[in-house]
Amino acid sequence: MAGIAVSTTINGDNIEYLCQPDETLLDVLRDRLGLTGAKEGCGTGDCGACSVILDDRLVCSCLVLGAEAEGRRIETVEGMAHGDQLHTLQQKFLEHAALQCGICTPGFLIAAKDLLAKNPDPTEEEIRFGLAGNLCRCTGYDKIVRAVQDAAIVMKGA
Amino acid sequence: MRYIRPLSIEDAVGQLAGSAGISAILAGGSDLLVRMKGGFVEPDLIVDIKSIAGLSDIRETADGFSIGAAVPCAVLGENAALKKSWPGVVEAAKLIGSKQVQGRCTITGNLCNASPAADSVPALVAAGAKAVIAGPSGKRTIAVEAVPTAPGKTSLAKGEIIEAILLDKRSPRSGDAYLRFIPRTEMDIAVVSAGVNLTIDEHGVVTAARVALGAAAPTVLLVEEAAEALIGRKLDEAALERLAKVCAGACRPIDDKRGTIEFRRKVAGVLARRAATTAYARAGGK
Repeated sequence: MAGIAVSTTINGDNIEYLCQPDETLLDVLRDRLGLTGAKEGCGTGDCGACSVILDDRLVCSCLVLGAEAEGRRIETVEGMAHGDQLHTLQQKFLEHAALQCGICTPGFLIAAKDLLAKNPDPTEEEIRFGLAGNLCRCTGYDKIVRAVQDAAIVMKGA
Repeated sequence: MRYIRPLSIEDAVGQLAGSAGISAILAGGSDLLVRMKGGFVEPDLIVDIKSIAGLSDIRETADGFSIGAAVPCAVLGENAALKKSWPGVVEAAKLIGSKQVQGRCTITGNLCNASPAADSVPALVAAGAKAVIAGPSGKRTIAVEAVPTAPGKTSLAKGEIIEAILLDKRSPRSGDAYLRFIPRTEMDIAVVSAGVNLTIDEHGVVTAARVALGAAAPTVLLVEEAAEALIGRKLDEAALERLAKVCAGACRPIDDKRGTIEFRRKVAGVLARRAATTAYARAGGK
């Protein structure tokens, strides 16, 4: 079946794909491009597990159509590490044990990356509000908040 | 299903007007994609309006502000001039959803989704906002409260698109505010809500006011009697008391697990009172 031809940028690479009009960006990332970092938790924009950055805005990729990505710039969790070198946030999530089952983690990492890009020195309250669109059923959030606080300190010093 | 991304409003209107079956306008998609996912709607045509020139801009004009239909709520919050003139509208828009949803959702979409609990709508109604509608027979401008007609229903005809929301230039000594009640601290839908917009004279006497309630009836209510309770007075205890009473009386809420009729009536009054107090302080009243 023919589809809509889309040309976009994902993690700095020019990517072209065909998708159906009702296919979400999340479906395209996972099922067509093999970028399975973004997860489908709810599929309705409530849980944030599918978070990606679209033209510098944090969005739920389940609430974006694949066709809408034409000419835009997408950042996913796959673009955070450089080779074996983890992003500071990823390193701090490990050090603080800010994950258990891991389903929500890519979404939290991307949301935290967006948060720190816009607010490099957030208060705890700003972190909690900033990450309120990401749900985690394991950690109770405290470890995630600590990891982001610690990452912010390191990233400011860098 | 077809997906199109027209570059002009005329083309978008033409495509919508000429389409058979179910068509849907896509801006942020935070309602549409959820309804598609849930199987509540299966559009034959999706018209993405984000590439139409001007629809993603906030323009400051001689008459006030024109907010394009595709402007995400996050962008409203980043516009210092808009925030200064209409803090109540911006605070209401900023309450919708998470950071992720804020990056996509629009006040025009919030209006057209026609939920009685839509957060930005009472604030827009209180602000006296207008909707500019493009359609097959040209453009028309109507008050925002004339857009929703029932839960999920609007007065827009086939082929019509709201292209912008207009907010007036601010008179001196004016302020607006919006408050909602939710059982959580955020990320929830209003159980009941109130928007108040007022202007005072140099003595602190209210000269103009608009009061709107959300989640209190099938559509957002503009409560004219509540405005009358404020106009011609300072915001003293008697005026606030009367405001709360009138608002409670104007509600025609549903009774559900999120709030009883009695609770919604009472809280509508309390929120109107508090929103009026904030709006009054923002207008410079003491």
